[in-house]
Amino acid sequence: MAIDITAISPNPALLDLPWSVPLEDWPEEHLAALPRGISRHVVRFVRLGQEVIAVKEISEPLARREFQTLRNLRRLGQPAVEPLAVVSGRVAGDGTALDACLITRHLRFSLPYRAVFSQRLRDDTARRTLDALAVLLVRLHLAGVFWGDVSLSNTLFRRDAGDFAAYLVDAETAEIHPELSRGQREHDLFVAHGNIAGELMDLEAGGHLDEGEDPIEIANRIMHRYDLLWNELTSEERFERGDRWKVDERIRRLNNLGFDVDELEMSTDLDGTTIRIQPKVVDAGHHSRRLMRLTGLDVEENQARRLLNDLDSYRAATHRQGDDEELVAHAWLNQIYEPITRTVPPQLRDKLEPAEIFHELLEHRWYLSERAGHDIPIEDTVRDYVATVLPGRPDEVTVLGVDTEEIPITAILDS
Amino acid sequence: MATVTYDKATRIYPGADTPSVDQLDIEVADGEFLVLVGPSGSGKSTALRMLAGLEEVNGGRILIGDRDVTHMPPKDRDVAMVFQNYALYPHMSVADNMGFALKIAGKPKAEIRQRVEEAAKILDLEPYLERKPKALSGGQRQRVAMGRAIVRQPQVFLMDEPLSNLDAKLRVQTRTQIASLQRRLGVTTVYVTHDQVEAMTMGDRVAVLNFGVLQQVDTPRRMYDHPDNVFVAGFIGSPAMNLMSVPVADGGLKLGDYVQPVERDVLGKATGSEVVLGVRPEDLEISDSGRGLAIEVDVVEELGADAYIYGSMPGQDAGDKPFIARVDGRTPPAKGEVVHFQPKGEHLHIFNAESGERISD
Ligand SMILES: Nc1ncnc2c1ncn2[C@@H]1O[C@H](COP(=O)(O)OP(=O)(O)OP(=O)(O)O)[C@@H](O)[C@H]1O
Ligand SMILES: Nc1ncnc2c1ncn2[C@@H]1O[C@H](COP(=O)(O)OP(=O)(O)OP(=O)(O)O)[C@@H](O)[C@H]1O
Ligand SMILES: [Mg+2]
Ligand SMILES: [Mg+2]
Repeated sequence: MAIDITAISPNPALLDLPWSVPLEDWPEEHLAALPRGISRHVVRFVRLGQEVIAVKEISEPLARREFQTLRNLRRLGQPAVEPLAVVSGRVAGDGTALDACLITRHLRFSLPYRAVFSQRLRDDTARRTLDALAVLLVRLHLAGVFWGDVSLSNTLFRRDAGDFAAYLVDAETAEIHPELSRGQREHDLFVAHGNIAGELMDLEAGGHLDEGEDPIEIANRIMHRYDLLWNELTSEERFERGDRWKVDERIRRLNNLGFDVDELEMSTDLDGTTIRIQPKVVDAGHHSRRLMRLTGLDVEENQARRLLNDLDSYRAATHRQGDDEELVAHAWLNQIYEPITRTVPPQLRDKLEPAEIFHELLEHRWYLSERAGHDIPIEDTVRDYVATVLPGRPDEVTVLGVDTEEIPITAILDS
Repeated sequence: MATVTYDKATRIYPGADTPSVDQLDIEVADGEFLVLVGPSGSGKSTALRMLAGLEEVNGGRILIGDRDVTHMPPKDRDVAMVFQNYALYPHMSVADNMGFALKIAGKPKAEIRQRVEEAAKILDLEPYLERKPKALSGGQRQRVAMGRAIVRQPQVFLMDEPLSNLDAKLRVQTRTQIASLQRRLGVTTVYVTHDQVEAMTMGDRVAVLNFGVLQQVDTPRRMYDHPDNVFVAGFIGSPAMNLMSVPVADGGLKLGDYVQPVERDVLGKATGSEVVLGVRPEDLEISDSGRGLAIEVDVVEELGADAYIYGSMPGQDAGDKPFIARVDGRTPPAKGEVVHFQPKGEHLHIFNAESGERISD
């Protein structure tokens, strides 16, 4: 029985998994019970040494195609799960051929939408997940990626300073083009709207949506948010020659939305009285790239924004506005960020990512200060947060519980 | 329901110097099942996506009924891509799984119910409407997914290689199911495949594309019996038609030491001294006289009543396509033997050697 493993950097432990058994029947000892989205293929999470991998059983050509697409997406800097391997040539004990498996790395601290909705930490969960999905879709479209099957199930969410950041998890139908047509973008949005409404109706039927919330109305939000963001990022703007400050203003607006402008087209009309500008190449990750450059921390966009703000306050408080930015950032990392996040006892570290904990601490300090009527020092905040807030939170490094559905529809026809 | 018209529809991708679909002219009749077929890269998917609104049309027009949809957004075209990735929702009943798209479209409850019931009847799902998807078999689930497209009652169904991820056995079963369902519903359908057998078994008519150019659109029968050019002759049919360059002789074509009679007005349409002769494997017979095309037998494939022999003509390169003939399964020639074949006169396909166009009737 010769199985074939195509991997980017193969982990020999892969060879020890029971490839001659259909994925559905894999013994418990290998499995990690984590919640998933709705899927038609069998998907399982498997422990492999220190890490957790996701295994999806799917026909070989599709597995290879999805593997390649995920690689290309990551090469383009898009938020997608990381492909690790394709396992093919599987044969069951009785000699029948088994489908191939696509292996991706389990995205740490990621939440499938069912887990997001079942926790309901704040009531505007639906709004925040859809906003994150709209950002993801705009980013993909700007990079020429047609998704083909946009849905909540095919997206993973990570906490991002109280909001969410969205990751693409299912690239089975995705195609990468030099540029997308309007029709391709509209089709993705139409599919997104239908799928999201369906998924929310399903949550409603299962009693997981708040009474009185209308799935269709919530789903409409994706269209609205997408259009707003797409226009802000791509539309042409005209103004009088004297209003040149509007160029800077546009760039600042895009930065605030988290995008860098790598190329801006600017032209004047014949007599030179009006100026026309249009962003040509924009790149997500304005704040996270800046934070990465200053501190080496790799965090989500809103978390980065939050940390950069704290860095600014630190600079002001220590009267170092005149100093080299990188030196101050280094000091902030050593004196503030690291000592504080290290204060969290090891047994509570699987609850949230350090950057999210830092964000919550800043929120908590604000809350405590307001209650006390004066500033509470960060050390006291940490003590209170670790004692009263964090222990009540679920572990999210790999969320447990909530079983999941998969409803294969490619099974043998029976008529 | 509606007709679909490609009117000189052209798609040139940005940066490409040749069109991927070049002045495509096809009229699909109301209720017809049209299959687009061709080798990889021939423009089938592009043609379908132009109709769906996913690719811009750079020249010509596309009509659905008498509506010009050339520049219309996809969702306003009233077409449904069938077999897209349909997920079934575990907490919703089969009826709700089928009807939710209508709910999104704001249709009244009674109408949704009626359309779902109609679709369930066609799909043999009536008894299961109140169940949850988990309680259904794999095949029933697949029909629920089909039902989702059906209840929308679109004017046109579009399918792009819907069977490509199924194994061979399931593919044959599902093929039959889709074809019979389409006939019962009578919805105009455009279906893309690279598999000519699938095209020939499913389509009312088949359109063959090559390099973005329409080669022929005809019923499967006509396509098989009367290919318009050398490309279609070689592409349609399995095993493939034998195609060979042969010299024109007085009153016929020279096949080895034998002259196959051909009408003079056909020969008159040849340019140069040769034509391309096409003969299907089943249209050959072994000549008793020992005259005709001398073929050395390389492989004999026994299929019971029939056998196929794969051989080569003397002097033929090893890399050339084999010569294929169907012979009586009870007395097939042996491997290594040299046999002489003559075409059965009425089934000759003769093409102009320069243009590749058909010149025989
Ligand atoms: N690398 C990963 N990290 C975390 N979760 C994952 C990962 N890969 C898959 N999942 C989970 O498994 C679920 C199913 O995976 P996926 O969407 O790829 O399956 P599918 O059968 O192709 O789905 P569909 O029916 O949409 O085609 C996802 O919704 C997600 O929750
Ligand atoms: N988005 C695109 N951008 C540029 N060129 C494209 C694009 N999509 C397709 N093409 C090119 O257009 C031509 C036709 O492609 P198309 O996918 O329509 O062919 P096809 O007949 O469906 O092939 P296949 O069976 O391989 O899917 C090919 O040369 C292909 O490389
Ligand atoms: Mg999926
Ligand atoms: Mg998928």
